[in-house]
Amino acid sequence: MALIERFQKTTDVGYWEGQIPMNYIYTVGRAGEKFFREIIAGKLFGARCDVCKITYVPPRTYCEKCFARLEESYVEVGTKGTVHTFTQCYETFDGVKKKDPSIVAVIRIDGTDGGLVHWLGEVDFEKVSIGMPVEAVFKAKKDREGNILDIKYFKPVK
Amino acid sequence: MEITEKMVEGTATKLSAEEILEGKVLSARWEPKLKYAWDNGPAIGRYLAELKNGKIIAKKCDKCHRILIPPRMFCELCWVPTGEWVYVQDTGIVNTWIIGHVDWKAARLDIKGGARPITLSIIEIDGASKGMGILHHLGEVDPWKIHRGMKVKAVWKPPEERTGSITDIKYFKPIK
Amino acid sequence: MRRVAIVGAGLTKFYRNTQETPKELAYEATKMALDSCEMKLSDIDCVVNGTAPDAFDGVHMKGEYLSDGSGAYRKPYMRHFVGGGTGVLSPIHGWFHVASGMFDTCLVVAEEKMSSAYPHPAGAFLTIFDHTTEQPLYPTLIYIFAIEMNRFMTTHGYRKEDIALVAVKNKKNALDHPSAQIPGEVTVQDVLNSEIMAWPVNRLDISPTSDGAACIVLAAEHVARRITEKPIWIDGCGWSLDTAYWCTRDLYYPDYLEVAARQAYKMAGIKEPHKEIHVAEPYDPFTYKELHHIEGLMLAPRGKSVEMLVNGHFNRDGNLPTSPSGGLLGVGNPIAAAGLMKIMEVYLQLKGAAGKRQVPGNPTCGVANAWGDLMQVGTVVVLRK
Repeated sequence: MALIERFQKTTDVGYWEGQIPMNYIYTVGRAGEKFFREIIAGKLFGARCDVCKITYVPPRTYCEKCFARLEESYVEVGTKGTVHTFTQCYETFDGVKKKDPSIVAVIRIDGTDGGLVHWLGEVDFEKVSIGMPVEAVFKAKKDREGNILDIKYFKPVK
Repeated sequence: MEITEKMVEGTATKLSAEEILEGKVLSARWEPKLKYAWDNGPAIGRYLAELKNGKIIAKKCDKCHRILIPPRMFCELCWVPTGEWVYVQDTGIVNTWIIGHVDWKAARLDIKGGARPITLSIIEIDGASKGMGILHHLGEVDPWKIHRGMKVKAVWKPPEERTGSITDIKYFKPIK
Repeated sequence: MRRVAIVGAGLTKFYRNTQETPKELAYEATKMALDSCEMKLSDIDCVVNGTAPDAFDGVHMKGEYLSDGSGAYRKPYMRHFVGGGTGVLSPIHGWFHVASGMFDTCLVVAEEKMSSAYPHPAGAFLTIFDHTTEQPLYPTLIYIFAIEMNRFMTTHGYRKEDIALVAVKNKKNALDHPSAQIPGEVTVQDVLNSEIMAWPVNRLDISPTSDGAACIVLAAEHVARRITEKPIWIDGCGWSLDTAYWCTRDLYYPDYLEVAARQAYKMAGIKEPHKEIHVAEPYDPFTYKELHHIEGLMLAPRGKSVEMLVNGHFNRDGNLPTSPSGGLLGVGNPIAAAGLMKIMEVYLQLKGAAGKRQVPGNPTCGVANAWGDLMQVGTVVVLRK
């Protein structure tokens, strides 16, 4: 049986506006502390599981496959990689048209199994291809804060 | 196997909020901008519209004969659509209450500096079925004199200030 | 249905602000639980995760986020969530997986990192209230617990100074818990003199804001008997929700819990809970709440729990020790992880592995409960050896 009342005119339909008023501070964690401190130094680090033969980038405190502890196994991985896949974005995250479309890619850091999602720069969309070698372009050292934006983007390796 | 001090040692690293804010460890901040427009639906839509008129409306269940407030389109106990709309009184009795010294964010109110404690209460509305309470504030009363069963009446905002909201009632105040 | 046993357990330290990410905390607890029963991740068939609102950790789809730290890489995985009741729903959820015959082993992981919500997680609670009829009045959970405590006190004529004994007892018990966040020797006067949050609730009536994780390992009978000589059995499960129109309930009594407890007791064949249960971990986010839940679990007659408390009935060496762990009031309250910590305490007590917290008399049957959602969900688990 359906509910017995119906709206007769749409002007009766009301709504209530509200928001979820929250703020967050996230610590980057034990593995994140290593990763982002090294980014300030212009380096990228991963974590190596010798049992599973996996190098995670960003590093983790544990191997998700075998649960081995990896905190003694952080390794520097260089700042170069290849484009694993990519896209060109015409809208911002909340659906607003962008003036300049941006290229977003998953970068597989060389010699690792880890993928970083980041922007591509200094390249035209038409020139980007899967497998293209790229390297990280860091902000000026004085501007680095220890977060993922300390890397401005990845650019093709000349 | 017993869980010992030695086992839990090092599982978590203790910090203070200040240490995080001051950057002893790295952190990221985020303020989500989550805004919503929730449809009122017919029952709450009418409830709010009647509050704007300075009236409190409930709905009756034809099966259990309860007069339900806030009104709802189905009786949650009998699981049938509710029947007629019924105006109830803007008076009631205090079922239970608090004397709040912190706000909704758990921030301290300046009680010593003269801030009024928050006296939120469940009020059983006259004309609705027994136990039918709504949440609202109490006013014009010494917080420490509030008592169970105290008779109260709604204090409405002036008609021109009402917006169709539960806050069209400013608070409930004691009556004889 | 197959019998299901708890065979391992692990938990982190509980702190107000931890450096670790939520998934790093989950890993620490899960790793410890696996180590405790000498199992490897490859021995695990499936994983369940309990974690309360996404709004605490500030991670949308927190279950998915926590999966790898919970040991769920490429395994069947499900997250469940009933607010504060989550931690005791966790073993029930794991029990389904194993009792059904579908899986032989299951990791049950619970995590909460409340400190991410800044400046205080209380703000997250505003949005659990009805958005049109209640939110505009700016209620928060502390008020709601205070409003319930008031109804409970005035109905039974209980005194605040007597209820305060719960804080005294639990914080003292927590002195012996290795993960405890706020253990201590406090007096009734300390509780009464602590800052008023929302009368009748003072600062020391409340459990703290916490970060932490906990994990137990479940196994079907044939596996459990290979792992341990002392499996602890999940013999009863119950859970229920009362009406979400919470202002229309009489808040003096937790009907949601009685319904859940009756279901669990029936399954466990318990007819006289106050005689057959030897150790209990009633959910104690607030002092009065332990007593409210002792009555709802039918371990004390309605209106009599305070008298029994005052007489020492619920002390660690009393007739029916309650919260021997130290409870949420002493060990801390990382919501879901706190509920699972209570299950873990009953498990350790029945196993005789609670160390300095061990209750006397070789207990064979225990119960734990948790409570949550919009203060109307009850979750109950009965364990036996």
